[in-house]
Amino acid sequence: MILFALRRFLGFAVTLLVAALVIFWLLDLLPGDPAQFILGINATPDAVARLRAQMGLDAPAHERFLGWIWGMLQGDFGMSYTQRAPVAELIWGRLGVTLPLSIMAMVISVVVGLPLGILAARRRGKPLDTMVMVLAQTGIAIPNFWFGMLLTLLFAVTLRWLPPGGFTPWDEDSGAALRGLILPSLALALPQASILARVMRTALVDVTSQDYIRTARAKGLTMGEAVWRHGVRNALLPVLTILGLQFAYLVAGTIIVENVFYLPGLGRLIFTAISERDLILVRGATIILIVTVTATMLVTDLTYALVDPRLRERSAP
Amino acid sequence: MNRLWSHPSLVIGLIATLVFVAIGLLSLVWTPYPIEQIDIPRRFLAPSAEHWLGTDNLGRDMASLVMSGAWTSFLVAAIAVAIGVGVGVPLGLAAAAWGGPVEWVVLRLTDFVFAFPAVIVAILITTLVGPGAVNAIVAIGIFNIPVFARVARGGALSIATLDFVAAGRLAGLGNAMIAWRHLLPNIMSLLIVQGTIQMSLGILAEAGLSYIGLGTQPPATSLGLMLRDAQGMFLIHPWLTLVPGLAIVLIVIALNIAGDGLRDAIDPRLRQGNPNVLA
Repeated sequence: MILFALRRFLGFAVTLLVAALVIFWLLDLLPGDPAQFILGINATPDAVARLRAQMGLDAPAHERFLGWIWGMLQGDFGMSYTQRAPVAELIWGRLGVTLPLSIMAMVISVVVGLPLGILAARRRGKPLDTMVMVLAQTGIAIPNFWFGMLLTLLFAVTLRWLPPGGFTPWDEDSGAALRGLILPSLALALPQASILARVMRTALVDVTSQDYIRTARAKGLTMGEAVWRHGVRNALLPVLTILGLQFAYLVAGTIIVENVFYLPGLGRLIFTAISERDLILVRGATIILIVTVTATMLVTDLTYALVDPRLRERSAP
Repeated sequence: MNRLWSHPSLVIGLIATLVFVAIGLLSLVWTPYPIEQIDIPRRFLAPSAEHWLGTDNLGRDMASLVMSGAWTSFLVAAIAVAIGVGVGVPLGLAAAAWGGPVEWVVLRLTDFVFAFPAVIVAILITTLVGPGAVNAIVAIGIFNIPVFARVARGGALSIATLDFVAAGRLAGLGNAMIAWRHLLPNIMSLLIVQGTIQMSLGILAEAGLSYIGLGTQPPATSLGLMLRDAQGMFLIHPWLTLVPGLAIVLIVIALNIAGDGLRDAIDPRLRQGNPNVLA
């Protein structure tokens, strides 16, 4: 297990390093000079050159790359030259919206999706199963940001239960902050819950035909007990993989849904950075997103191996 | 062929998909009104005989916009699938046919690309070259590559152990010929099913990317871009949001039903959930 974990961790580190290299190289290709940008068009070439030296921009690319990586390891993501603030601080502030939003969406989709999937599998072929599957089929086809718009129309405009958008910072009024995230997290959760319900149902149906369920039945358990005690646990394995992937993509998906609700999350920060060509900020924010995605996948892999020892023996799938 | 038609969901899904594609194709030669025709006095009209789906905030005909937008969405998703198949399938086949280090490299590569959700790729490309429909195509296409590589490898591995492949090897075929003549034809059905799934995911992804301004740009239109245009006024004019959104939902449902039907018709053992591109 330790060897497995070490190997996975090494893979994680290499992926991040290569991803950082790709991002650095791509954004380095861009024309445009941050020093020129800061000083404006009227600056003398002399002043620009001095600022370039001061910002370390005249160093060779590999030195700047290593400097960037080294800085990040110490929590220094550089300075945003449009917002005149440390990138790490800017990103950290925005994660206060993006992360709670992703976690709430994940929790909702698990709480709704898994029981529905189990229910459908237990009533396989019955009207309830059909109903759940039709719902899931529709849920998968609905773009989450459009669902967000519909939710706003219903709950914010017609019923006036919840705010239509905007965000109150946590330290100002945490209740209001939480209320502001309810609709966005519901919007994000819909397709995820639908996928989870489908995966859970399929996994449970597969498991139900396994020998150990028959053995459990032979020992005198009812079908419900056998499925609950032995089936659900085994069926959760494929579900776990999907969950990991889903959380990773949820974090990326918040970027789109934030737009509907005018939430000040990571996405808004990135869009401002793109339009103002603040490359240091774009670089920092994308690498943070990739770290989140990759780390989630690593944790999923490790959990999976922890839960199912059979997987550790196999070399990398 | 008869076997295919005995699955009602497949027939319904395929027909519905084809109808949407046909509507999209039609928009290339005819729309009720030119989509760029702005007619401010006639804006925010309700559906009528003249404007089947009403008009938007600029007085443009919504039915024409939806037709043209559906075509853009199909086109973006289809090219992205072509990229995924074109790059991913050879990679997957190579991994299965050669094995060893080739397989290792392909698998690590797919792992690596999975770390880049389409949104992030689109953000990077947009920073590089500015927004455009091509960004969406490339971003979704890159996402599709590891998906097809994995499907091709998985399918090919199970074929590679069969006797006729061994016979091919005995007859002196090299890895490349084995992959081309024996493995590829036998995983076609898998690829078609996956292609349908990736089409529907691609349409959703295109909508998302255009909605946040990283995809299709005016004067062209797509269903996602229509939603972006409606964003500022959807609280007052929900209709502008409902029409393109419903169009997306119907197209994606049609594709998904067709995909599920195909899978059941070809091989009922393949049932599985599909992961999502964006969120």
